[in-house]
Amino acid sequence: MFKGGCAARKGAAMVLKTSDSYVPWSKEQTVVVVDKHRGERGALMPILHELQETFGYIDPEAVDLLAAELNLSKADVHGVVTFYKDFRSERPGESMIRLCRGEACQSMGAERLASHACEHLGISFGGTTSDGAVTLEQVFCLGNCALSPAVMVQGRLKGRVDEARFDEIVDELKAGRR
Amino acid sequence: MTGTVTVFVPRDAAARSLGADEVADAIVREAAARGKQVHLVRNGSRGMCWLEPLVEVSTPRGRVAYGPVKARSVGELMDKGMLDGAPNAVWLGLTDEIEHLKRQTRFSFARVGIIDPLSVEDYEANDGLVGLRRALEMTPQQIVSEITKSGLRGRGGAGFPTGIKWQTVLDTPSELKFIACNADEGDSGTFADRMLMEGDPFVLVEGMAIAALAVGATEGYVYIRSEYPDAAATMQAAIDIASLNGWIGPSVLGSGRAFNLYLRVGAGAYICGEETAMLESLEGRRGVIRAKPPLPAIAGLFGRPTVVNNVLSLAAVPPILAKGADAFSELGVGRSRGTQVFQLAGNIKHGGVYEDAFGLSLGELVEGIGGGTSSGRPVRAVQVGGPLGAYIPTSRFDLPLDYEALALEGAMLGHGGVVVFDDTVDMSRQARFAMEFCAEESCGKCTPCRLGSVRGVEVIDRIVAGIDPEANIALLEDLCETMADASLCAMGGLTPSPVRSALEHFPEDFKKSRALSL
Repeated sequence: MFKGGCAARKGAAMVLKTSDSYVPWSKEQTVVVVDKHRGERGALMPILHELQETFGYIDPEAVDLLAAELNLSKADVHGVVTFYKDFRSERPGESMIRLCRGEACQSMGAERLASHACEHLGISFGGTTSDGAVTLEQVFCLGNCALSPAVMVQGRLKGRVDEARFDEIVDELKAGRR
Repeated sequence: MTGTVTVFVPRDAAARSLGADEVADAIVREAAARGKQVHLVRNGSRGMCWLEPLVEVSTPRGRVAYGPVKARSVGELMDKGMLDGAPNAVWLGLTDEIEHLKRQTRFSFARVGIIDPLSVEDYEANDGLVGLRRALEMTPQQIVSEITKSGLRGRGGAGFPTGIKWQTVLDTPSELKFIACNADEGDSGTFADRMLMEGDPFVLVEGMAIAALAVGATEGYVYIRSEYPDAAATMQAAIDIASLNGWIGPSVLGSGRAFNLYLRVGAGAYICGEETAMLESLEGRRGVIRAKPPLPAIAGLFGRPTVVNNVLSLAAVPPILAKGADAFSELGVGRSRGTQVFQLAGNIKHGGVYEDAFGLSLGELVEGIGGGTSSGRPVRAVQVGGPLGAYIPTSRFDLPLDYEALALEGAMLGHGGVVVFDDTVDMSRQARFAMEFCAEESCGKCTPCRLGSVRGVEVIDRIVAGIDPEANIALLEDLCETMADASLCAMGGLTPSPVRSALEHFPEDFKKSRALSL
């Protein structure tokens, strides 16, 4: 029988959580996560989300394990992990900034903000600052299109972010680290 | 005064993005410091984003609005009598009298911004569950016929008649059928699904339950994009509360008919907004589109008959059932019936959600209701219908915003997003971006989309660089034709739309000689 209610319930809160509670990857914990979702239809996506929430990324070793546990081919699992931009194969920085580059944000100077962000942090999109504090990602639409440019910081949406506001956000993140 | 004052501060992600949480905290803190009792309600957004955070105070005359409110000025506002509804610099008067709200016809967004989104009492006190209760007294065919009669068309973008889709699922025998709600609202410039799910999630639960009763489905999935964590959290809470109250679950409102609803979260793939790619993703696979036929209505999720509808389509269902098909179909023009939830976005002064009966012109919406650009510069182009929608110049501001009128122009309404650009926009860059976006987000299944988009970027770069522009424009036209005609889905099929419209209406932008942007 398929279930899914209880496990699916966890699904909502797990997206884009803060990183301070990531634990090191372990086979045991991966199996715990798999067991929790095993009975759900299309369980691989909820499992991958929860693994990333737990460890901060999808460890390459998890691919083999998931394939074996879910009776899928390794190619199937690898294919899914690599298809979706959210799933990372490396642990991200302590904080995640996602900057919108969609058309609505472009109309309000998002490209200028994007260049500024990369320059200010000294990284390109997808990169992490050398001190491991911030990972910067690009995203196409955060649904805050009437308050562009938009960024998402640790899963929290911010609107009307100009260059100065961006620098403040980074300063706040770095201050929070100490 | 000793009474408790009810104060509303939106919990919508857009309002929070400008500090609504801090405002809410300040209200509780400053009220306590003044010995005043407040009852804080975190409502949805009224949709007037430029006024966020918009605070409302209940008074004997009705709700009085203030906005935008800054956390640091809350104390001062209270000293000036905000809790009594007194005027001040950010006073907007009675919310119901605000012109921008008064002019709207809110059918799908009727409760958004008014109620506490997760309050069962609020929902039922504001016509909630009336549609579902009525559906339980009807036969499946009667429900489907009511939806068909209403003229409701899919609000996701394609505008397919919802009743016909449901009829197909109803007529396809299967012991297992699904309702899949497409909440993968990936189009830039659109956020109505998000605002609805954050502001009135129960209406979506109710709409899906009615769809299930109509076609004989027992299981439903809401597929929300991961870029919407607030909407996902609110939706999950709503599903849990609805289950606990027996609205859904093993026996919908005690009827003995089962409908279980689950939430699934996407993972950053625009293509999963395409219905068959979404089904693949729900099945735990790569979001690669399926060739149609078979239609999802016949062989959809896990090969079973599946209703796939957008959030706004499903949210229109409960009021249609509650008020009758005629209440919906008497609104609108031609074959575009009911209301359309427009989203005013980008470089616009009064951005947000605006729901009205079909029939508004683009100019009325952008200049009249939207107030022109936020930069104060002249409007140059408007992209209607998301990244796959056409760029429309101001000379076509007379265009009525309905399905048929836009189709005649080679444009589309899509999900109702309207993104405004001022005169600083470089349209060759926007055309290039359309191709770039397609290259980035293509699922890779068909060649015109996967390769055409990459070649499109290259050709546009050559045109702008002044390399044999005439031949390269001809090549771009040819490429667009191939993509439009030979792609498997709308991703590759409609990417030419912003490109062609930019080239057609703004050819001067392609003539500048710019360095190849590599």
